Amino acid sequence: MIDKTTNQKAWFLVLPVVVLVAFNAVIPLMTVVNYSVQETFGNNVFFFEGVRWFEQILHSERFHAALLRQLAFTGIILLIEIPLGVAIALAMPKKGPWVSVCLVLMALPLLIPWNVVGAMWNIFALPEIGLLGKMINGMGIDYNFTQQPVAAWFTTVLMDVWHWTSLVVLLAYAGLSSIPDAYYQAARIDGASSWSVFRYIQLPKMKRVLTIAILLRFMDSFMIYTEPFVLTGGGPGNSTTFLSIDLVKMALGQFDLGPAAAMSLIYFFIILLLSWIFYTLMMRNEDQ
Amino acid sequence: MRNTKWLVPTLYILFLMLPIYWLISMSFKTTNEILGAFSLWPQEFTLENYITIFTDPTWYNGYFNSLTYVIINTLLSVSVALPAAYAFSRYRFLGDKHLFFWLLTNRMAPPAVFALPFFQLYSAVGLFDTPIAVALAHTLFNIPLAVWILEGFMSGVPKELDETAYVDGYSFGHFFIRIFIPTIAAGIGVVMFFCFMFSWVELLLAKTLTSVAAKPIAATMTRTASTSGYELGLLAAAGTLTIIPGAIVIWFVRNNIAKGFALGRV
Repeated sequence: MIDKTTNQKAWFLVLPVVVLVAFNAVIPLMTVVNYSVQETFGNNVFFFEGVRWFEQILHSERFHAALLRQLAFTGIILLIEIPLGVAIALAMPKKGPWVSVCLVLMALPLLIPWNVVGAMWNIFALPEIGLLGKMINGMGIDYNFTQQPVAAWFTTVLMDVWHWTSLVVLLAYAGLSSIPDAYYQAARIDGASSWSVFRYIQLPKMKRVLTIAILLRFMDSFMIYTEPFVLTGGGPGNSTTFLSIDLVKMALGQFDLGPAAAMSLIYFFIILLLSWIFYTLMMRNEDQ
Repeated sequence: MRNTKWLVPTLYILFLMLPIYWLISMSFKTTNEILGAFSLWPQEFTLENYITIFTDPTWYNGYFNSLTYVIINTLLSVSVALPAAYAFSRYRFLGDKHLFFWLLTNRMAPPAVFALPFFQLYSAVGLFDTPIAVALAHTLFNIPLAVWILEGFMSGVPKELDETAYVDGYSFGHFFIRIFIPTIAAGIGVVMFFCFMFSWVELLLAKTLTSVAAKPIAATMTRTASTSGYELGLLAAAGTLTIIPGAIVIWFVRNNIAKGFALGRV
């Protein structure tokens, strides 16, 4: 850690960032707060409603269901992507020409626009014309993600694993490549098993990057919108309607501005709270 | 054990390539073939889908629009994040920790929350349907990310470098541009990669803030899919073309990326 000097003039260096982000964050956030306490019947006429919308959202079954689906989805993809990413990073070559090839090919899904990811998986998984759909049906399993909720979930999770596991791999690989060779040699002399090498050398070195990976994957999967929207449209029924999809439906589809704004604030608050917990844990780890 | 280790990354890459292969293969098929018979590769190879895209201005303008706002956003984010990250890595000042966390909270804001207010804000200031609106909107999540990563890189540079330069009579601006920026060039490369990536892949805000003149390519695709029925071949061709800029960017940063991840924050 660098020994920092106290200098209030540093504010001038931060100023451009503060102005830009404040323009983008504070004004829209105030707009949302404004809507969240008012009722409108059009024509720009607003009536003050107090916390009615917040109570309505907090007690609505629709919100509970969407939140539950969101938590389940985020939980499932974290449980799959983090261990899988670590396993792949461990198996990757340490040096040589194959490293670049692996990294470039693995990073490719990260740079595809999200709606293209959704469209790509849509045509990949369609039961009649998609390769995946044809394969699964060919194995004798009845599979149609546009009609069966279970199949829709399976496809959405598989798509997210396809899309984002590489981020975990890249981060874990970076953590692994910072381990000096001497550590492995010492372990070999001591006759350590590959499990104890992983447990006592590799895992501690990856702790920091893995915390970042979990934090990023948590935040981004909690905000997921475009990919499932293009893939399933939130359906069949409401089975894959996650929080963002539900929110956009309410705000832009039904134009229920008040409830949608209240839901936005509750939604943002949940992410903030959970991220703050992760952030504090991460900082505590770093201090040790 | 040693001999089978390569299987894991190979199988994983194979899994990654399958949907991409399917997309590319579909882009060379005719609509009849796609909807008619199932085939693993194009039976009647056609370039028609690509010809449509390269000759129709509503299609190819989408690419220029997307690239325009992505490039403006990347340059803007990095240039304002550089001095800010320097301040966070070198100085202690009133409210610095709170400010840093506040910046990060914006990375956590779901774009769906901001879609409608952004539409109203940018309409009010007369920027609606311009690439500048999208570029500015995307700074919401790219500036915090850029500051976060750059701060990590800058903290890795010993403070003695700054002090020696000041003793030698360099002014702050001179030192920053001539000495400091070249020192953290790898970090700047990584940050530009991330800004490019997150701006290129985002669609919800880009779609909300544009209508005709600045429509991004990804939004053009969505409209085609919904209005003119299922033109899957055309959709696949447009999708294939959106992968190319990303692939080029990865190729340029391939050697820095692992090193950059290890040194920086993300």
